[in-house]
Amino acid sequence: MVTDQSLLERARAAAASVTDPELPPLTIEDLGILRDVRMDNGTIEISITPTYSGCPATREIADAIQRAVIGAGVEKFRIRHVLTPAWTTEWLTAAAHQKLTDLGIAPPEAGVATDILFGRTHLVCPLCKSANTEQISAFGSTACKALHRCLACREPFEAFKCH
Amino acid sequence: MATTSIFPGESPDIQTRLALADDALILGHRTSEWTGHAPLLEEELALANIALDLIGQARALYQAAGELTGHSEDELAFLRDPAAFRNALIVELPNGDFAFTIARLFFVSVASDRRWRAGFDDPALSAVAEKAMKETAYHIRHAAEWLIRLGDGTGESHRRAQEAVDALWPYTGEITDNRAAWLQAVAPVLIRATLQQPKDSWMQSGGRDGRHTEHLGHLLAEMQILPRTFPGARW
Repeated sequence: MVTDQSLLERARAAAASVTDPELPPLTIEDLGILRDVRMDNGTIEISITPTYSGCPATREIADAIQRAVIGAGVEKFRIRHVLTPAWTTEWLTAAAHQKLTDLGIAPPEAGVATDILFGRTHLVCPLCKSANTEQISAFGSTACKALHRCLACREPFEAFKCH
Repeated sequence: MATTSIFPGESPDIQTRLALADDALILGHRTSEWTGHAPLLEEELALANIALDLIGQARALYQAAGELTGHSEDELAFLRDPAAFRNALIVELPNGDFAFTIARLFFVSVASDRRWRAGFDDPALSAVAEKAMKETAYHIRHAAEWLIRLGDGTGESHRRAQEAVDALWPYTGEITDNRAAWLQAVAPVLIRATLQQPKDSWMQSGGRDGRHTEHLGHLLAEMQILPRTFPGARW
């Protein structure tokens, strides 16, 4: 006989281990996508929040959670999509910032204004650490990233958008 | 999923949710038509990303509408005829040249931003707005910067940008609930772009009542043919 508490812990651990298909070293817990795992009348309820409205990974993440939770022996569960409060890059954990830097992706920087025209951010190059960088485009290979380039080491790099 | 056309209810709540969803879907579809045709690689990525944001917003809004009508998001997108769509006419106009695409994206995004920020009594719409407003901020900035580059660019880019602004202006009445606030956001960008702000006069309307231009039918024919021909088709 498994207790509700141990079942809940197993479900939580399984859900938290799911990684983002576009950033495989980062878990959905690192990214702040996993909002809550709780027991509701014998059913485990897993709440996740989409990062961007059109993020194609959202569905894949829900499928992966389902596989992970079933793999952990949980039978009765449901996945809830929570829109509010809206996801923000402030929910990225310190581990997420470190993993992004290790991947060569500049982590989001707080206080970047998106409403100032031609205002450009000068992020630190994740490869050579120079601050002499420039933005190429506010849009990149995925909904969550922008394109930058380092003027010191000349390498292009991606940056996690601040949302 | 059957292929028979559906007619969601006429209640104001349903119509409001559908109008927002249809604006996002149709502009998203138009923007996605640039994929593979954009003038440079970065712009290709930008327009594809913006289209993705808009279609993502449309999905959330169709889910909200579906809570009231009992339809799935796919049914609402693919099984309605033109007269059942509630989008403003401006989003269904063909893309034209790059200047037209950018000027429209700018005008519509500023209007969307006003709507998201004004808030909603409907909690389902507030939830979508909370997320969408951050995305719309990126769209406004992208479109405004391009409009300034084009207007304040070469003789040809200026001419094309002015023609786009003039052609689009009569369609902007339908997207502005608060005209003064919209003009206040648009005017500084037009000035910086050295573009003339057209005078407000007679405005086109009808989209919110299902009276559309001929262009929507063509757009929907292309967008809906697969699910209507192969009911329940899946990737």
